[in-house]
Amino acid sequence: MSRGNSALADRGFRVLMIACGLSIFGIVVLILSELIVRSEMSWKQFGFKFFASPAGSFWDPVNGNFSALPFVYGTMVSSLLALLIAVPLAIGLAIFLTEMSPEFLRGPLAFITELLAAIPSIIYGLWAFFVLVPLLRDRLNPLLTKYLGWSGLFNDDNPTGLGYLAAGVILAIMILPIISSLTREVMSAVPHSQREAVLALGATRWEMIRMGVLRNARIGIVGAVILGLGRALGETMAVQMVIGSTPEIHKSLLANGASMSSVIASEFAEAVSDLHRSALMEIGLALFIVTILVNALARFLVWAVTRGAPAQVH
Amino acid sequence: MAANSSSLRSGWRTATDHTVTGLAILATILVVVPLIAIFVYLLIKGASSLNIDFFIKNPVPEGESGGGMANAIVGSGVLLAIASLIGVPIGIGAGIYLAEFGRGTKLANAIRFTADVLNGVPSIVMGLAAYSLIVVPQGHFSAFSGGVALGIMMIPTVARTTEEMLLMVPNNVREAALGLGLPNWRSVLSITVRTASPGIITGCMLAFARVAGETAPLIFTALGNVYWSLNPNQPIEALPLQIWIYASGPYEDQHRLAWAAALVLIVLIVLAVSLVRYVTSRGVLKGNS
Repeated sequence: MSRGNSALADRGFRVLMIACGLSIFGIVVLILSELIVRSEMSWKQFGFKFFASPAGSFWDPVNGNFSALPFVYGTMVSSLLALLIAVPLAIGLAIFLTEMSPEFLRGPLAFITELLAAIPSIIYGLWAFFVLVPLLRDRLNPLLTKYLGWSGLFNDDNPTGLGYLAAGVILAIMILPIISSLTREVMSAVPHSQREAVLALGATRWEMIRMGVLRNARIGIVGAVILGLGRALGETMAVQMVIGSTPEIHKSLLANGASMSSVIASEFAEAVSDLHRSALMEIGLALFIVTILVNALARFLVWAVTRGAPAQVH
Repeated sequence: MAANSSSLRSGWRTATDHTVTGLAILATILVVVPLIAIFVYLLIKGASSLNIDFFIKNPVPEGESGGGMANAIVGSGVLLAIASLIGVPIGIGAGIYLAEFGRGTKLANAIRFTADVLNGVPSIVMGLAAYSLIVVPQGHFSAFSGGVALGIMMIPTVARTTEEMLLMVPNNVREAALGLGLPNWRSVLSITVRTASPGIITGCMLAFARVAGETAPLIFTALGNVYWSLNPNQPIEALPLQIWIYASGPYEDQHRLAWAAALVLIVLIVLAVSLVRYVTSRGVLKGNS
């Protein structure tokens, strides 16, 4: 009697657990379908022109004229700026932690990076708004304009201190811990025999790191950087608070702009029309698809190094 | 000549080596010092802003001084309770599947991969999905829709940490349980999951602490509410939402409250991260088995 029952219970339990597992696919499908349905009005009306430059103004909720171009631009500029700042520092930190750091520093430093990766976006935004932005406005922006103003990238006619640069800097601070800890993970996955072999050939420590570690870990490091990019693309609150929330395109990094996620955060709750809401949904859909692809690529690259066959001697 | 050039070369190599070492140390300092500075700044600013009113009083009208965030704390509590009711059971179930049933299968690998990818999806997209799923059909903003958005976000994190913790349980524990003639479900729930439970609980806490600070998915689901509310069918206030609104306002007193709220969230995060680290590194699990 009890055997029959328990076989049934076993099967039931198994099915339940599989259902929980499958729910993760379900979530992806659900989000995708909801976003597609709700953005229908927008893509029916604008088609691919939604991501192109319109004749009139870019974003005119009152007259129902929408183009996501300034937001795509703002997202790309702030994210690339963030990568430019964060990647060299993150890799330097990872090299220090895996290859040079004394043992007693490793634990605390790893802990701090883990902690900082978990601090909510809104708190970084709060800090950036009250500390970073005044710092940029009063100190850095005038200097950049004075010495690099000729490039056209730094034109300090924005008295607020907000803008692409502020967004890029806070994004850099936010993605640094993620890139750095993943790079560290990937570098630690390189077998010690690799390091020993290169050292035995008489290499200096840097040559050992370059030939023994970085060469073997490069795919994973690229993965870590792409994962950081994925994070930067979708960051919402911190960017919303410092980018200036203006749907315009400027060459100057010190000008106000807006990003894809920031415009949804600022406008969705008070959208003026169904078309406006639908256009914001379409931006969300684009953001979803892009971050899914970017994250999948990054995970695959990191997985290829840490889970795949250990690096071979060529 | 030959000796000379080789010594020059080795001099060059040593110099490069030292330069790179210097650069790596410089990068570390450039990263760690500002990060610690931010952290300490948040702590000091938050601590100097926090007082007992923060926890027990409701917000006062704009421009008046005093007041607290009692309604936001309670609101965050309601939202997180709904989120946990959704995220924790499904997440743990998915983790059990990954670790106990699907180990090594293609389906499990696909689920694991999707969970990791889902973790990287911007939280604002979750908010849009919850808006479209619940707010639109219902016709009004509600705490429930915000809780669902947060709950969905918890699932991948809980699933992955549960899996990791279950994988740390030694196989002989499972064998012993089955050897006693326990049915499989019983062995998984009462033995394996139980053994890993400190880890699973801290994993849930981490997911909980993460979504506690999420703002973006709440803006157009929970919406915010200046009054005290416990009703899941009505708009509700949340700490991160309140930080956002107060930070963008012009009032010094509201800024102070925002810093205090930030400190509360940070303390939650620090506790969760430290606990997870403690459980995974000190081998609490192994001690149990």
